[in-house]
This record gives sequence, structure tokens and C-alpha cells, in this order.
Amino acid sequence: MTVHSFQEHFDSLIDREIAIEPKDWMPDDYRKTLIRQISQHAHSEIIGMLPEGNWITRAPSLRRKAVLLAKVQDEAGHGLYLYSAAETLGISRDEMYDQLHTGKAKYSSIFNYPTLTWADMGAIGWLVDGAAIMNQVPLCRTSYGPYARAMVRVCKEESFHQRQGFEIMLTLSKGSEVQRKMAQDALNRWWWPSLMMFGPPDAESPNTESSVRWRIKRFTNDELRQKFVDVTVEQAKVLGLEIPDKDLKWNEERGHYDFGKINWAEFYNVIKGNGPCNKQRLDARRKAWEDGQWVRDAAMAHAAKRKERSATKAA
Amino acid sequence: MTNDKLNKHEWPLWEVFIRSKAGLDHKHAGSLHAADAEMAIENARDVYTRRMEGVSIWVVESKNIHASDPGESASLYDPASDKIYRHPTFYDLPDEVKYM
Repeated sequence: MTVHSFQEHFDSLIDREIAIEPKDWMPDDYRKTLIRQISQHAHSEIIGMLPEGNWITRAPSLRRKAVLLAKVQDEAGHGLYLYSAAETLGISRDEMYDQLHTGKAKYSSIFNYPTLTWADMGAIGWLVDGAAIMNQVPLCRTSYGPYARAMVRVCKEESFHQRQGFEIMLTLSKGSEVQRKMAQDALNRWWWPSLMMFGPPDAESPNTESSVRWRIKRFTNDELRQKFVDVTVEQAKVLGLEIPDKDLKWNEERGHYDFGKINWAEFYNVIKGNGPCNKQRLDARRKAWEDGQWVRDAAMAHAAKRKERSATKAA
Repeated sequence: MTNDKLNKHEWPLWEVFIRSKAGLDHKHAGSLHAADAEMAIENARDVYTRRMEGVSIWVVESKNIHASDPGESASLYDPASDKIYRHPTFYDLPDEVKYM
């Protein structure tokens, strides 16, 4: 087959919604786009453990602590599913870690904001995981098989994350005045960064067009953001909390909520590394990796020794 | 950083297969890194069975998996493609014959 016919075969698989698998021929740009997207997603899961890890030891009850621990453990798992999906495209785990640790690879900018109060655990579960689910559900049908399968696992586990967050917000909003204020304050701080999680507006999103063509992406950033706003505004009413946007208004004609302008300058600034916690997050991640080096080396040495011993025994 | 340095310490990659309940086949769940088989099974438990998804785990080092080439699919599966008589629907039976 010529490159041309390989391309034709690939396009026809995509058009017929047949999954692309690791050993199939694929265009270089498709492979590169997937490696970038899947590894960024994996990095986000791994860095995403840090803001919540901050509250594990200070959770207000044993139940909340067990739940938060399980959620953070799930995020580690999600990172691992995704790293191994990316590895099927020919990049090694160490290369991906290196890209994260040197700042070459990005992760979701939301995790560069601090978690100041317990209510932030509620707001993160409800809003950040809620936004993540909006993004992730369509990815269960993405064109690359290993990615789609990883996302099915992730999505199955993710809805508990959002529910536990909403439950924290509900408990606080029905609690004392101080607790209600704490919940409102968390919503105020996490609302806009959550909207930014869907990425830049479609007009400024350089990767959207080819990603939609390849069925890597199923909906555009703006479509998903609108969907999130419509759903979440109703949920805030149940909590009796106020969305911090004076321009938020139901638009009868569109059948959607109109909402205020997003501060994209802030978004790009955080991505560039100037968010409140960028340095802290990367330092924590690098330290964990470096401090764990002797454990990884010891495990390899132990495995080699045992292999040698059983070989001698057999001989 | 050279690739050599990057991959020097990387634990080997393992493929994980999980039997979700007795009576069913082991099914590929995903992969993970581990220093040896024992660690691969323990890691597989933590990564792939946090919600009781399995009653049995197999791990195989990925380098030991041999796979067919999708580029050769046409010739590999060619012998079966013209043998529709292997399917029961190939045979016409009179309507009176039931339960066959």
C-alpha cells in the first residue's frame, strides 16, 4: 500500500466509526495529537491529587476522610489508565514524566488554584469533576480504541466524585451561617476557573478542527461549556447558592443560559506558569518522583536477584 | 535527555487480564508497570479492581505478547471468508422442523 492508500483506509475507518487500534496505520499528526491530549489528561489526574490531598488529614469526619481518600486513589488510577493508553502510541512512561517534570507538558490549569477551606473539597467535586465529566463522557466514543476504553473506566468511577462533592456543598449550605458562607465562598472562587476548564473559545482553539475531523473530540469547547452552565445553574438553585456572575440570565430564544465574559487573560497567565500554585504543584510532584527513585531502584534490584536465584536453582 | 537515560530505570510493562466472575474468561483490562510478576498482580489489584471488578488476575509481560499484523488481515483471515456453510443459517430447512 502507498501512503495515499493508507490514508484512505484510515479515513474510511474514521468515517465508518470503526475504532483505530495501536497497530493500525495512522497519520503522524493523529498520533501526535493523541499523545499530547492523553498525556496531558493523565498529568491532570496526577497533579489533581495534590489540591485534595491537602485536606485528607483534616477532613471533618472519618466518613469524609475515607471518601476523600478513595477519590484521590481513583485519580491515581485514572492517571495510570491514561498513561498506559498513551504508551500504546509509542511514547514511554519516563518520557511523559520527564515532559511533566520539566514543564514541557501541560496539565489542567484548574489545579494551580489553592484549596483554602474544607468547602473547596465540595466545590472541586461538584464543579471541577462535573466539568471533567462533561468533557469526558463524549471521549468514551473517541476514535482511538485504548483511549476510549480507558475513558469508559474513568467515567464509571467519576460520577461518585461529583456526587460526594455535591453532598459536601449541600451539607454546608444547610448548616450554620458560617458554613453556608464557606460554601458560597468556595463557589465564588471555583466557578470561573471551572468554566475555563473547557479550554479557549472555539474561534481561538487551534486543535479543535482536526480533532473533530478525526473524531478525537466530539463536541467543541464552547458547546460543552454551555452544557455545563445550563446544568450547573439548576444545581446551584438546589443548594440555595448564588453563581458569581451578574450577567447570568436565561435566554428564552436560545434555550440556554447567557453568561458573563470569561477572563481569558487569567487563563493564559495560569497556563504560562503564573497561577497561584503552579510552582508548588510541580515542586511537590518532582519531589515525590525524586524521593521515590531509591524505591524503584531497590524493587528492580530485588526482582533481578530473585530471577537470578531461581535460574541457579533450576540449573 | 537521551532516550537511554530516560528508560534506564523504567519498570517493565505488563498486560493485565481480569476474570470478572467465576465462569467467565479473563479479559484484557489494560497495562501497568511493575518490577516483577508479584508486584504486577498487586498493582493490578489496586489499579483495575478497586470496586470488586475481579476474582482472578493474570499478568503477562508485554514483550511476551505476539500480535497479528492488521496490515495482513486480508490474507490472514482469507481462508474463512468464503465458507458461509460453516454457519447454521446457510441451510434451508422445511418449516415443520422445529428446534434444530
